[in-house]
Amino acid sequence: MNLDFTEEQEMLRTSARDFLTTECPKTLVRELEESEKGYSPELWKKMAELGWMGLVIPDKYDGMGMQFMDLAVLLEEMGRNILPGPFFSTVVLGALPILSAGSEEQKKEILPKIAGGKAILTMALTEPSATYEASGVHTKAVARGNSFILNGTKLFVENAHIADYIICVTRTKDGASPEEGITLFLVDAKSPGIKCAVIPTIALDKQCEVVFENVSVPKKNMLGELDKGWPLVARTLEQATMAKCAEMIGGAQAALDMTVAYAKERVQYGRPIGAFQAIQFYLSDMWMKVTMSKNITYEAVWMVSEGLPCTEKVAIAKGWVNDAYKFVTERGVQVHGAIGTTRDHDMGLYYRRAWAADQTFGNTDFQREVVARQMGL
Amino acid sequence: MDFKLTPEQEALKKELDDFLREEMKNAPPGWEAGMEAMFSDEGWPFHRYMARRLSEKGWLVRPWPREYGGVDAPMIEQVIFSEVMGYHRAPGRDIFGIGMIGPTLLVAGNEEQKKEHLPPIARAERFWCQGWSEPNAGSDLASLTTRAVRDGDDYIINGQKTWTSGAHFADWSFILARTNPEEKRSRGISFFLVDMKSPGVTVRPLLGMNGTHLFNEVYYDDVRVPARNRVGEENEGWAITRATMNFERSSIETVGVVKRELEELAAFCKETKWNGKTLSQNPFVRHRLAQLAIEIDVGRALAYRTAWLQEKGGLLLSADAASAAKVYGTELAQRLAYTGYQIMGLYGQVKMGSKWAPLHGSYESSSQLCMGMNLAGGSSEVQRNMIAWFGLGLPRTI
Repeated sequence: MNLDFTEEQEMLRTSARDFLTTECPKTLVRELEESEKGYSPELWKKMAELGWMGLVIPDKYDGMGMQFMDLAVLLEEMGRNILPGPFFSTVVLGALPILSAGSEEQKKEILPKIAGGKAILTMALTEPSATYEASGVHTKAVARGNSFILNGTKLFVENAHIADYIICVTRTKDGASPEEGITLFLVDAKSPGIKCAVIPTIALDKQCEVVFENVSVPKKNMLGELDKGWPLVARTLEQATMAKCAEMIGGAQAALDMTVAYAKERVQYGRPIGAFQAIQFYLSDMWMKVTMSKNITYEAVWMVSEGLPCTEKVAIAKGWVNDAYKFVTERGVQVHGAIGTTRDHDMGLYYRRAWAADQTFGNTDFQREVVARQMGL
Repeated sequence: MDFKLTPEQEALKKELDDFLREEMKNAPPGWEAGMEAMFSDEGWPFHRYMARRLSEKGWLVRPWPREYGGVDAPMIEQVIFSEVMGYHRAPGRDIFGIGMIGPTLLVAGNEEQKKEHLPPIARAERFWCQGWSEPNAGSDLASLTTRAVRDGDDYIINGQKTWTSGAHFADWSFILARTNPEEKRSRGISFFLVDMKSPGVTVRPLLGMNGTHLFNEVYYDDVRVPARNRVGEENEGWAITRATMNFERSSIETVGVVKRELEELAAFCKETKWNGKTLSQNPFVRHRLAQLAIEIDVGRALAYRTAWLQEKGGLLLSADAASAAKVYGTELAQRLAYTGYQIMGLYGQVKMGSKWAPLHGSYESSSQLCMGMNLAGGSSEVQRNMIAWFGLGLPRTI
């Protein structure tokens, strides 16, 4: 057993923290929230120069060949600082499934572009059914000649409005179970018939409605096997869930740090409010939730990274971290007092993200049901 | 990072697991986790029996140095050991002797004290209790008033201790008494080892709300204690109390217990049909059980991390983690008790012994006993203070 990060991981963490502090101040975060694109192409280019988008892409596709665990370190720092933009959707929802299931040709075409910061990706999975279960996938893909024709509406597709490729999860067959008959396609986002609109959301994070109307996709752009795409989606969801948890623990730590610092400097009744036991107990509980969120997240990330079976562990981690991040930001606002409720204060940036992340890849009710099934209930 | 156990650790875990599975068949009927069971008339002989069996296997004092019967077991092995012990609700480990006074003497005792007291603990012959709390010195322990006055080669001790778990069975006690009455707080306190058979020691039961006898009041009336039984220097006893923290404090045992209890509760919910439906089909029941499973696994991760920090950084550096593990563990046990009680519906209130008591009436008792654990060994509030002061550097105002 070794519960420490490697020296390389610590270096990656430090350099990411320094870079983001300098390059992505909260003024930029607010600007990007209000902007149409939701990301800074200039910052994106610098991130590509650092090799971030290619972190987990093998050397032969121009990446750095690192592991999922390393990616989690980077994501934790992104969550800590807050980095708006398409890193998550491009790398976690784009590069990882291509690495898992892409043909050599697909990998050669797309992975170097991702590593170089030349392609933005996303995955279109959820629909108006608003579930991460296979039963929620109704978008149809029908074979016609050398192509498939896609029809349907996808919802909550991150960054589809700026994406170059959309990995679309479709139903190609009605099987005995909802998991049968799922097929994934790498769709050129500029294909005729795709309509995309940003949905205004709590974290202003550019989730889109994407309508596919008779969109023709060449057969060679199928990602993985025909009708057998669900295991790839499930694997991607496990990775994405833990990647999201990594972001969330970074955000939770930042919210805790801000609140502790404030409690030490804000004076009322002639003493810092952090000297009052009521405030100390809030902060102790926040510290516990953050610490425990990190422990369980690292363990589950490690399992994902090692390729171990981890359905229950991932559900446990997300189920816990959802509640913890919300708790920490809620108490964070409370301790800051009225100023914490304002648009100008940074605590609100984290508070809104906690509420958004809670729902993404399954809220705690969803995760509890996964755990209940794993328990044989 | 690497969360795997080594093959040797896995083997140890399995050996202990097999051993306890077999030995626990000898437990009195309706055996429960916790000190209440150990310190009952039926439980005490079983506790001693298990202590002997563990001692014979060389497992009783594994963390201790070899010359005193241990194997210098690293923290991670201790955690594995305690987790399995908890899972089987196995008694036999005297937390006051093996967990507290043993490590204290190893750090702060003189050669004579080590030679006199450590071997009988390792052989499961001598059992201990802790004489610290007093009626007016609970969380604020440093305000204690029990007096020890030097008289030739002895000290004469007068005063009252309370909440003394298992004093009605213990052979010896380690106590704190004031040797300098001019000094009000932590200064002027000395640390003594007292034979419970000494003339002037009186033990009176303090019954819990469900009638169990765990706690006691212990009165000291002119009790003579040889000066050689003072640990450390006179008036320097407060510093010695820090050494009692010198053991694995991950609270993993509680996690093991709660894990087992959830398994039994889940099995009960799967097989029990009330009003035509199994309990586990009820979405509220499912989600309560799943939430506990989440909380237990997160608690296990915290305990392992705490042990890892203790191994690496020393025990005082990880005081915040140990406090977190303690408060989380006992509050988790409380949530499990309350959840179980609630799921049992009307049956929850039925005591052990009735044919109507589900799962031996374990929720009728655990929903009461859980409160004591939130207070023993430093209340939840004291633990949260520790986190605030040592983990977060907040101002200490009390």
